[in-house]
Amino acid sequence: MTALTHSALPSQVGLLAGRAVRRTLRNPAQLVFPIAFPLTLLAVNTSGLDAATRLPGFPTGSYLDFALAIPFIQGALFAALNGGQDLARDIQDGFLERLAMTPMSGAALLAGQLGGALFTGVLSALVYLFVGLAFGAGIASGAAGALVLLVLAIAISIAFACFGTFVALRTGTGEAVQGFFPLFFVLLFLSSAFFPRDLIAHDWFATIATYNPVSYMVEGLRSLVITGWDGSALASAFAIAAAATALFLGLSARALRTRLVRT
Amino acid sequence: MSASLARTRSVALAVAWRALANAVRNPAILLPTVLFPLFFFTAFAGGLSAVQRAPDFDYAAGYTSFQFGFICIQAAAFGGVFTGFAIANDFEYGFARRLLLAAPNRGGIVIGYAIAAMTRAAFVLAIVFVAGLVAGMRVDGSIGDLAALLALALGVSATSTLWAAGIAMRLRSMQAGPAMQMPVFMLLFLAPVFVPLDLVVGWVHEIARFNPATAWLEAARGFLAGEPEKVAIAAASAAGLFALASLWARGGLHSAERAG
Repeated sequence: MTALTHSALPSQVGLLAGRAVRRTLRNPAQLVFPIAFPLTLLAVNTSGLDAATRLPGFPTGSYLDFALAIPFIQGALFAALNGGQDLARDIQDGFLERLAMTPMSGAALLAGQLGGALFTGVLSALVYLFVGLAFGAGIASGAAGALVLLVLAIAISIAFACFGTFVALRTGTGEAVQGFFPLFFVLLFLSSAFFPRDLIAHDWFATIATYNPVSYMVEGLRSLVITGWDGSALASAFAIAAAATALFLGLSARALRTRLVRT
Repeated sequence: MSASLARTRSVALAVAWRALANAVRNPAILLPTVLFPLFFFTAFAGGLSAVQRAPDFDYAAGYTSFQFGFICIQAAAFGGVFTGFAIANDFEYGFARRLLLAAPNRGGIVIGYAIAAMTRAAFVLAIVFVAGLVAGMRVDGSIGDLAALLALALGVSATSTLWAAGIAMRLRSMQAGPAMQMPVFMLLFLAPVFVPLDLVVGWVHEIARFNPATAWLEAARGFLAGEPEKVAIAAASAAGLFALASLWARGGLHSAERAG
């Protein structure tokens, strides 16, 4: 706490982000589950839906390539969930109140909090990419595309983490953070994550997938794997991630101010 | 009826009644068991139905019915897991310990939870079935086939309840949730969920060939299509797992009794 008192913003962010990362590393379940579960689902979906690649118009001959984008989204969700719960715990056990008595800035708290979620997001994205490549996935956009894929995955992780932070600050309970996350899984399943939009047989489902922003995040990631360089898909994905980040970061800052006033 | 049996029955009915009353009074308990199957049904049957046009996809009743077979088994199995959460919760808040002290026959406690889980599973399946019919699901099976499908689902529900109860009574904490959930999840998803077994590829196909859940899904889909298949294997594997899960739950009960 003394270190916080006299430190500048970058140092405050570093301290809080370091704390968030150490907390994640001390609890292996926070790393193992977000990595293992999406990879298991990827294996199951790849085996189960490989037959879909034989449909006329399916954009690739490998369902692994098609589905490789999904774990990145799921990993971002888990990272945000864990980060949000950690913050909620800080609120519940009074850490935030004690922090409020120091000169720590709100921006440092938010950035530090996002740093922890970002750590999980980056680590899991790297694992997904390497596992995908090890099992024969090809990146149509090459090595540079793989790098952009990671950058986009990180941008999506930050967007989701901002949402997790907002819910934690707004509600102050881990249960509420947990309760919101099935909503994101609904959005993932009602998107074009598992099937190309133009091949979805039911119009109502295709319509939901078209208006669902998660579709564009998945399609941006996927375009780098199966198409190559698709400027439009990438621009949409980055724009949606940036807009979500801006929206939820703003809401988080407001919720933090309100909470600090209350304490 | 012997005195011991009467005591077991009375405890089982009391526990089942309490669990069901809790579920009705508290929508947060009941809603997930209804919403999750409905959601998966919508997502799979709606989003993936084009896969039925893949070469060699052979299921005459259509993809909605194909997925309903999976949803029946999944809803039943996860209903059991949710009951396990309730048992763990009862231990965390001390109610289960008081129940252990008060019950003249403690085996009745587990039976009561299983009855509650099966009742909830039947309720959820009725809702999903109506939703399926509204969505245009084709049912070619007879009333007898549908009754057999319900019996299979209830058997799966009882088995997964006993499995989850065994975990809950050993660990006696909500932290045990993933340990109850993950094996059931793996059992179900390492089976032909999206396409018939012949179209599943890779190592999942090899596991699915020997996975009892494969026989349950194929039997369930056969009942819906009016062409029952692998019924004997499904019934035998469900009965075998039920017997193992009963032993597992009994061990859990002894563990909880020892813990006091």
